[in-house]
Amino acid sequence: MVPLSYYLVLSGILFACGVTGFLIKRNIITIFMSIELMLNGVNLSFVAFAARWQQLSGQVFVFFVMVVAAAEAAVGLAIIIAVFRTRETLNVDQVNLLKL
Amino acid sequence: MLHLILFSVFGLVCVAGAVNLLLQRHPINSALSLVVVMGSLAVEFLLLGAEFVAAIQVIVYAGAVMVLLIMLLNAGVEEQTSGSRVAWLLGIPAVLAGMVIVCWALLERSDAGRAAIGALPGHPADIAQLLFHQFLLPFEVTSILVLIAIMGAVVLAARPESVERTKKEG
Repeated sequence: MVPLSYYLVLSGILFACGVTGFLIKRNIITIFMSIELMLNGVNLSFVAFAARWQQLSGQVFVFFVMVVAAAEAAVGLAIIIAVFRTRETLNVDQVNLLKL
Repeated sequence: MLHLILFSVFGLVCVAGAVNLLLQRHPINSALSLVVVMGSLAVEFLLLGAEFVAAIQVIVYAGAVMVLLIMLLNAGVEEQTSGSRVAWLLGIPAVLAGMVIVCWALLERSDAGRAAIGALPGHPADIAQLLFHQFLLPFEVTSILVLIAIMGAVVLAARPESVERTKKEG
């Protein structure tokens, strides 16, 4: 038997790592991975709360989060490709103008 | 006891992977440590009984999304910039403070109960029952979302000259 709050603490730590990476990383792909890390942390707390309330809807929500994350990954990476093609950099500090 | 040991081992692997993601300089190392995080998270899902979620975590996240990410990583070496100082001075302490408060509240002030191994078995059949009855409309809406995402990805990632060519031919 493990207290469910341990799972929630783990998910909070993962989310905090994701936010930290989002703030300090300069490479656009690493920032993207930090977002995925945050989504994963949230998924863990969804599953933990599903176990807490004995409701399977929590696990169905994880499914939806994963679908949206996959769609987001496809579109986000396409945008990254477009940015790299026009500016030849992946550093977000260099991508500070909307117009070339 | 077994549950606690498994939870701690894979939780530590998970946190170590997440911290390694932050410490690595080259994105490929970050990507591989993200695979470690996702794999050990799948084990945590399995410990809570969410079999289906653990399976799609490995297939979709550790498989598809990470392949997409790693595919992009041959972009070469980047110049390093220090980034904004506000992020370091305000962002990191704010994140740390928020995390400490949340962890303290969860550990000391909450009554989330305890979970045995496989606390809520999420068999694919049960998930499907729910997904195709109660959540049928959201499920269909996500199918439209995925369709739009595919088309958007193709349009965004297409080379400009190939778009011109299709216009001429069409």
